[in-house]
Amino acid sequence: MNTATSTPAQSATALPPGASHIAGTPLVEMRDICIAFGGIHAVDHVSVDLMPGEVVALLGHNGAGKSTLIKILAGAYKADTGDIRINGEAASIANPRDAKRYGIETIYQTLALADNVDAAANLFLGRELLTAWGTLDDVAMEAATREVMGRLNPNFRKFKEPVRGLSGGQRQSVAIARAIHFNAKILIMDEPTAALGPQETAQVAELIKQLKAEGIGIFLISHDIHDVFDLADRVSVMKNGKLVGTARTSDVTKDEVLGMIILGKSPPGAVPGPGASLD
Amino acid sequence: MSDTTTASTPVPSSRPQGSPAAAPTSLVGALEIDVRFLGMIGALAVIWVVFDFLADGTFLTPRNLWNLSVQSSSIAVMSTGMVLVIVMRHIDLSVGSILGVTGMIMAVFQASYLMPTFGFNHPAVMVLTLAAGIAIGAAIGALHGFVIAYLGVPAFIVTLGGLLVWRGAAWAVAQGKTIPLVDDNFKLLGGGADGSIGATWSWIVAAVACAAIAFAAVQARRQRQRFHFPLKPVWAEIVLVGAGCLAVIAATLVVNAYTLPPVLARRYAEAAGLTVPPEGITISFGYAVPVLVALAVGIVMTFVATRTRFGRYVFAIGGNPEAAELAGINTKRVTMAVFALMGALAAIGAAISTARLNSATNAQGTLDELYVIAAAVIGGTSLAGGAGTIAGAMLGALVMQSLQSGMVLMRVDTPYQNIVVGIVLVFAVWIDTVYRKRFK
Repeated sequence: MNTATSTPAQSATALPPGASHIAGTPLVEMRDICIAFGGIHAVDHVSVDLMPGEVVALLGHNGAGKSTLIKILAGAYKADTGDIRINGEAASIANPRDAKRYGIETIYQTLALADNVDAAANLFLGRELLTAWGTLDDVAMEAATREVMGRLNPNFRKFKEPVRGLSGGQRQSVAIARAIHFNAKILIMDEPTAALGPQETAQVAELIKQLKAEGIGIFLISHDIHDVFDLADRVSVMKNGKLVGTARTSDVTKDEVLGMIILGKSPPGAVPGPGASLD
Repeated sequence: MSDTTTASTPVPSSRPQGSPAAAPTSLVGALEIDVRFLGMIGALAVIWVVFDFLADGTFLTPRNLWNLSVQSSSIAVMSTGMVLVIVMRHIDLSVGSILGVTGMIMAVFQASYLMPTFGFNHPAVMVLTLAAGIAIGAAIGALHGFVIAYLGVPAFIVTLGGLLVWRGAAWAVAQGKTIPLVDDNFKLLGGGADGSIGATWSWIVAAVACAAIAFAAVQARRQRQRFHFPLKPVWAEIVLVGAGCLAVIAATLVVNAYTLPPVLARRYAEAAGLTVPPEGITISFGYAVPVLVALAVGIVMTFVATRTRFGRYVFAIGGNPEAAELAGINTKRVTMAVFALMGALAAIGAAISTARLNSATNAQGTLDELYVIAAAVIGGTSLAGGAGTIAGAMLGALVMQSLQSGMVLMRVDTPYQNIVVGIVLVFAVWIDTVYRKRFK
């Protein structure tokens, strides 16, 4: 189901380089997405996509519009124009609940944890397990939390404590546990290693490789190319709300990608977007 | 993410992963008691003993404690709703006025419509009066909640407006007249000799309460056993259940020790057709109906706050509104529901306080919003949102009422009472702030 020609406004640049040699339908296609906040075009005609089992890094300076773009996919914002396709079919994502229904899970930069409740309450927030009486099944939720945390962070013991009392790494693992526990097909990770030490960062990288092997598509958002270049199959770079270009990491160097981020210059190995500088 | 073990496959399996029971380190730790709650009970005990000393032994009498329980009921009922409102980082300044207008509407509805339709003291009169009051209270609260959640006006302003609007509406219902209650069944909600359940029923209530405490403990333990979770030591369970039952028995002994004066008891017994022995008859008050109503509300609200999705969402929104929204919670609908609940509880408070006065007056519930907020805050509800307990707020209501009642017994003038209550409120919150900083 090729939808690349369905929107007149989009140029040939929207076709992802390399998409042709990954067989099948893209997991996610975001086409010509625009959103403005009071006259500021936070996201301006941006198109990105994601194949199953692929890691796409979304790079750009702070304020480039990456987080806003993925918040549209996660249902936190609604795009002014543009459309989203999941597995080739038009998807309407009006709120976070809709996004989760499509198997889209998000680890936000802020982690989005309710600090005053415990790990299990956060993990199941909005999707609580209930007893036959319709009351919260806290014991079952704690059991599931112990199980998933047992794998992500085997030293974790503070199941009864509000997450306020956890360390940065522990909080991060709660947020990751929440994203992967519900069999996500599409994972969005917004600066997943920003608050972590080197060892924990390596663990997240390991986790990303495993999830990728399971066929989960991952959007990795970062302002630092070094965090993500080795993990990503492709990079899409944004600058001032516009897409500078998209490239396979095998076709470009780190320096070329830095040039995309800083100067908005699309190198020969990348497919330029509407935001690429013309010189 | 803090050790070297590589994370394995994240796909959930059904293998149970309970960790072995960790040895409890301290007495309080083993009992898993809320230290702050314990501190409040201690503070209440100090207040009671000091007042008893200052008021020449008139405070710790069955009569005064019984009165205290009845006087606290209306505020205690409303404070349970205020906990949820404040936990969600809102405030409700209109509860006193909602109490006023719903009380007035209930009195007028009963006298002008229900009594002529059903006849004198028909059981339906009480039920329908209460239902109408609760429905109107909930509707007023829902209206406030709608403006706050969907139109984005701050709760402080909406309910400040509500304070004026509904106080005015209370006047408009009966042009400022005082409306007497006509239904004797409804008056039972206010307490008094008739509105109490007597010694025998009080013991039955106590027995049921003790059984429920034990059952809840066994049930919770069984649940945790099912998943091989760490368990409290058995002695700790026994101590907790024992303490709960002792408190119930002590309260029952106190309310049963408050008896009708001999002359009234004789008259009461004769009216009931009992033969009075020559040495006289002892008739105990037992638990007052409004106290039982307040306790029932407290139990239901604790259940709502801790065992339901709705309660979980209220706390999650209070902890991090953005996270709750991103988790897919309909925060606007939850906000509206919390204010509707607050309105319904204000109507129950209105039923208790009008029944206690035997009439609805224009000024009823004036300043109650402040006592309700104070009760919730003294009871450990954080104005920053996200923290608070129903039991704490009800205890807070009892603390407030104890202060006032004690000063009345000491013959302190009203203006000085207000000065003391105001100072205690600020002092209590300061202590709480210190506690939070020290012990997190």
